[in-house]
Amino acid sequence: MKKVLMGTEATALAVKLARVQVVAAFPITPQTVIVENLSEIIGRGELKAKYIAVESEHSAMASCMGASLTGARTFTASSSQGLVYMHEMLHYTAGARVPVVMANCNRALAPPWNLYCDHTDSLSQRDTGWIQYYCADVQDVLDAILIAYAVAEQVFLPVMINLDAFYLTHTSELVDVPDQKTVDIFLPPYRPSNKLDVDDPKTFGIVCGADLYSSIKYQRQCDTLSVEKLWDQTAVRFCGYFNRLHPTVEAYQTEDADVCIVGIGTATGAMRLAVDRLREEGLKIGSLRLAMIRPFPLEGFKKAIANAKHVIVIDRDVSLGAEGIVAQEVKAGLFDRHGDIKLTGFIAGIGGNDVTVETIVPLVRQAISGDGTAVEAGTTLWAEVLP
Amino acid sequence: MNEHVQQKRDLITPGHYGCPGCGATLAVRLALSALGEDTIMVMTAGCWSTVVGVYPNSCLTIPGFSVAFASTAAVAGGVKASLLIQGNEHTTVLAWAGDGGTFDIGIQAISGAMERNDDIIFICYDNEAYMNTGIQRSSATPAGGWTTTTPDSALKGQKKKNIVEIMAAHHIPYAATASICAPEDLNGKLKKAKDIKGSRFIHLFASCPTGWRHAPELSVEVAREAVKSRVFPLYEVFNGDIWQLSPMPDKVDVDTYLKHQGRFKKMLASDYQHFQKQVDDDWQRLLNKCRP
Repeated sequence: MKKVLMGTEATALAVKLARVQVVAAFPITPQTVIVENLSEIIGRGELKAKYIAVESEHSAMASCMGASLTGARTFTASSSQGLVYMHEMLHYTAGARVPVVMANCNRALAPPWNLYCDHTDSLSQRDTGWIQYYCADVQDVLDAILIAYAVAEQVFLPVMINLDAFYLTHTSELVDVPDQKTVDIFLPPYRPSNKLDVDDPKTFGIVCGADLYSSIKYQRQCDTLSVEKLWDQTAVRFCGYFNRLHPTVEAYQTEDADVCIVGIGTATGAMRLAVDRLREEGLKIGSLRLAMIRPFPLEGFKKAIANAKHVIVIDRDVSLGAEGIVAQEVKAGLFDRHGDIKLTGFIAGIGGNDVTVETIVPLVRQAISGDGTAVEAGTTLWAEVLP
Repeated sequence: MNEHVQQKRDLITPGHYGCPGCGATLAVRLALSALGEDTIMVMTAGCWSTVVGVYPNSCLTIPGFSVAFASTAAVAGGVKASLLIQGNEHTTVLAWAGDGGTFDIGIQAISGAMERNDDIIFICYDNEAYMNTGIQRSSATPAGGWTTTTPDSALKGQKKKNIVEIMAAHHIPYAATASICAPEDLNGKLKKAKDIKGSRFIHLFASCPTGWRHAPELSVEVAREAVKSRVFPLYEVFNGDIWQLSPMPDKVDVDTYLKHQGRFKKMLASDYQHFQKQVDDDWQRLLNKCRP
């Protein structure tokens, strides 16, 4: 069934289709439509679930973790300040090995206050042990949430599905809504064998010594690394039912490309348009969308970038004092080729500036020729800085 | 221990990591005996989270989850929601935290859970400071009490926070104080709490020989003196409205309570008088609330 939906509405609908059992959430712009829709869907009895109207994001994640460790499929959603307020619980939830799925609406961090798109909120959580997926369009949002549960519940790790503030949360698109029966086949009920259960009592989360701590972390690292392949396999299985593929790495025109633009989120759509325009001028260029940032999809990335000689990363985020966070990730992924590949990093679109074809084309020209308006700060070039 | 309080078997096993004379460990043992095996325990950072054992050993024979400091009540609420949606209405969810995890860092999540009337029993075992980290001041530390962050040169001047009044202000169905010195009273209150739906809060006095600087064998005696002197009176609050005094022994002066504890040794005679007056005033306020 086709429906016109905003990203927030698609999120709530995906949660319903996934038959989530416990939702705990605290409102924050631009996430509010998700929690409003969910409280209504649950209130009307369309989803048999408990909605816990918690008093903070820290408690939202805490409640989800407790509910998940007791065997329920759980969901929360947040954004920006709310996400960073749950930082401690993000670490804890991943460490507790519970498959919570959350939607994060990527919004700039204060001060100064700003409601618009920026990826620094979630990218600054990349070391919490969560799987991070960045959506490109509304269909991607709906489908990725369903895939996320299938992956999370297999590997016992939480997944963060990221939606660009307003570009996805509040933009309506035509969406193909999967039917419930097929979703139920793709995503059977969550039935963990390890949980808080009075018939099989276990103590979770207590103190352990250095020897075991290291081994437990190592196991988590191995399991987290396995998610690139697991997600892609699950995405293929999803495609078998619904005929749409959502891989961890999405390459566009990269086979013969000397230059490759890399990014995450909705701006990757504009990057593809920029590739089309620049190819008309004879430039051998392609683009790469990293749908997954954690684990870093190294295998897919290396394959897609194999022929490029110049990589241009456009970051909608920044690690102050260093550079764009995606640029750092890409650099690390290219380390074994550092002698023969050039990388130019741009910061663009933070705090809600549009990243359009008109933004990207001049940045590519500047990266190639050295002439342009983006100004240097360390190893990055900043677009849109006032003189 | 009173004979009919003792269950067939303890729900904690020997081999815990508590200090000699640990009031908190006794508190856990008594509380779990009252609540029984059909209980899930959410516990937070604090003495108990270390006393319980070091992985892979645990002295707990019921399911337990050691959680982040501020999150106890919220995790417990999630556990309960999860049980309910899976059709389990019988299992008791116990949130267990020290005074730091209750009075201080945990209070936002507790207030949230109580306001929603989440169906959990929250027990604060109160040893009046951050004992697990080495006796630092909490907002449950009494005025005049020594801790490592209220040293002799800067003893705590502020009164202890009244946590039960705060909980009662949420109009939860049941709140009560209890003490490790009165196992029968604690058992009765927990049995009562277990049969009530909604948020229940127990403020459980648990002496700490290590932090209070008294002999380990005096733990129960010190707790008894706290009750007798009215420093820690025993009472119940129903729906935030009806205050009811529990059976109380004859009143003694606060010196009887203070004198065994090294943490109060720097108090002057005038401090004793001030302490006595605070206790008397609070006792009178409590009696006024308990009048029908």
